[in-house]
Amino acid sequence: MATKSAGGSDFLNNLGRVYGIYTGGFLAFVVLLAVLEQVGVPNKVLGYLFVFFTLAVYAIIGVLSRTAQVSEYYVAGRSVPALYNGMATGADWMSAASFVGMAGTLFLLGYDGLAWVLGWTGGFVLVSILIGPYLRKFGAYTVPDFLAFRYGGNFARGLGVLVLVACSFTYVTAQIYGTGLIASRFLGMPFELAVFAGLVGILVCSMLGGMRAVTWTQVAQYIVLIIAYLTPIVILSTKKYGFPIPELTYGQAIADITAREQQMLAAGLASVAALKPHIQPFLSYSPLNFFAIILCMMVGTASLPHILMRYFTTPSVREARQSVAWSLLFIFLLYFSAPAYAAFSKLEVYTNIIGRDLTAIRPWLFNWGELGLIQICGKNAANIDAIVAACKAIAGHPGVVRLQDFVINTDVIVLSTPEIAGLPYVISGLVAAGGLAAALSTADGLLLAIANALSHDVYYKMIDPGAPTARRLVIARVLLLMVAVVAAATAATKPGDILAMVGWAFSLAMAGNFPALVMGVWWKRTTATGAVCGIIAGFGLCLFYLVTTRYFPGAGVKYFGMTSLINPLTGAPLVDIAKAMALPNAMESFPTLAHPMANKVGWFDLNNIACGLLGTPLGFAVIYVVSLLGKEPSKEMQAYVDDIRKPRGRTVLEEKTT
Amino acid sequence: MVDSTSMKEKEEAHWAKTSRLMFTHLAVWFFFGFIIHMFVVPLNKITIPILGFPLGFYMAAQGSLIVFVVMLFMFAKQQDKIDREFGFAEED
Repeated sequence: MATKSAGGSDFLNNLGRVYGIYTGGFLAFVVLLAVLEQVGVPNKVLGYLFVFFTLAVYAIIGVLSRTAQVSEYYVAGRSVPALYNGMATGADWMSAASFVGMAGTLFLLGYDGLAWVLGWTGGFVLVSILIGPYLRKFGAYTVPDFLAFRYGGNFARGLGVLVLVACSFTYVTAQIYGTGLIASRFLGMPFELAVFAGLVGILVCSMLGGMRAVTWTQVAQYIVLIIAYLTPIVILSTKKYGFPIPELTYGQAIADITAREQQMLAAGLASVAALKPHIQPFLSYSPLNFFAIILCMMVGTASLPHILMRYFTTPSVREARQSVAWSLLFIFLLYFSAPAYAAFSKLEVYTNIIGRDLTAIRPWLFNWGELGLIQICGKNAANIDAIVAACKAIAGHPGVVRLQDFVINTDVIVLSTPEIAGLPYVISGLVAAGGLAAALSTADGLLLAIANALSHDVYYKMIDPGAPTARRLVIARVLLLMVAVVAAATAATKPGDILAMVGWAFSLAMAGNFPALVMGVWWKRTTATGAVCGIIAGFGLCLFYLVTTRYFPGAGVKYFGMTSLINPLTGAPLVDIAKAMALPNAMESFPTLAHPMANKVGWFDLNNIACGLLGTPLGFAVIYVVSLLGKEPSKEMQAYVDDIRKPRGRTVLEEKTT
Repeated sequence: MVDSTSMKEKEEAHWAKTSRLMFTHLAVWFFFGFIIHMFVVPLNKITIPILGFPLGFYMAAQGSLIVFVVMLFMFAKQQDKIDREFGFAEED
């Protein structure tokens, strides 16, 4: 890293060389650890080396990229080339859930899980076509900046900040939770400690250098995470099918899985109820919910402030557009590999676990069984004796593992692939480092989005517009630290809804931001009153549906005519509402997930993750109607909109930078 | 002196072309994001030769994704061409 000169133009001119050397250095480091493993260095030490080396590199980049300039702090000086901004966005986008959880979801849900793969990629089309480049031309530092300018001031800005914090805070909490989980699993730290250790890792990247530091660490993190994700599966594919492109060879695995499914049914190894054929659609989601999830995730992508603000950092509007394309290419590399992970793991489980004699189970499984992540016959699969005893307790058990006896935590799929393929521990360490990079990079981007909205929009624009630069940057850093600590403290309590909340963030962002942003650019006639009413109505309805179905289901049924969601397979209601309403806890507020109606009621059989589907059309309709009722926006404002639409020329908003 | 009416006309023509490009891409996006997956069951009866994927599954797992990526690179190029045509592009 000796060539790195704190993000100056020397650095920008040599980006290819710097990151080339970095990538080579990282690979050499992996090889070195592989050698250390062969000479007998214990696994735990290797795990620590991996985590600390990568964290140290991110910290060095963070410190080298420190800055005292406002435009560097908020938008990396608008000097990040399209390709590198694409990589940084890739890391920003792919979270712990994508890295560790996605393949597991596909393993469990089969075809239906692809709703997430589609939803989390297709949204970038909307970013590029409808919103991103126009916001870049506008010249904002934050998304609420645009809302405030276009829609008449600080009331719209305040709403923008509200939406931003609502969708980003739960999201960042989930990322910090993810770092804690990975660090505790690989380093054996207590979870709460690991959360705060992860927090330090996040802060060293973003505190001193803001957007500039986050950008250059995210590029470094993308390189680590993509190498870590692809390596085990490329080796596995080469070993099994003699061809190193798993995305092409897993078609064979899918054909094998389908054949094996029939075989298992015929041999009595799987009950019809337990088996979800891998390629058969709409077993877990009804068609409505399948397409609703795709739409909400896509439109949510185009509305999430921490993604949109990445495109504020490119040197030009043209590069902002190219950058979206690069982003999706880099994201695609991971997302089109996730189904391969799922298929290979499923084939391994179906052929080497299901149908095996209990005493002949492969030993890789016990490491995860000990942690409670794999269960056989209802007990943790810690060793052979434990599972033999557990299965004996089941009447009429045949002594071989059946599909319905086997339960696996979704996180295990990616983490266990190195072991399934019989690879050395160093590859597992690599995967852990990759997972950590994914969680840290997303957390960085989100924290920055929240802290920037609070420091730039709330403090500088609403409270003290005369604040000098130095004070603005101090405030920005203090707020970043505070938000980070609050998020880590929340994560340390292990809130039960954490993963569902990430899905909610997309719907909230979609309902709150999308109509106002799109109409602001594409329809000059949109008025401030119209937009403000639209944001309130759309976001309000979405939030109402979420909160009611999750936290006040009894009231939802009683006062708002909600009914039970439908089981997509049988068409029967998930809960018997009449019976559930007669229970003493029917009207309980803030119930746990064990409550019979929590998350299981709603309108039109719509899953609450997809509540954006209700809020967004309402938002558009309200903006349209209220705008038409009011007076046309001023000539100046319409001229500004024309300016936003033309890439040439100065940005509309000129920030005071010194 | 820049004639403001001709500027206005140019802006409108530029925006009309941009809008047309937007709707074209949105249509492609909608087709590969939604429509094609509505036919997953019949498409799954077709198997891609050599690779062995059922076509319906393949489209959701890879096919549509590839279309999105290619689309975005094309869009960046096409929009830039429109901007240049009207003289609204940034200097290189």
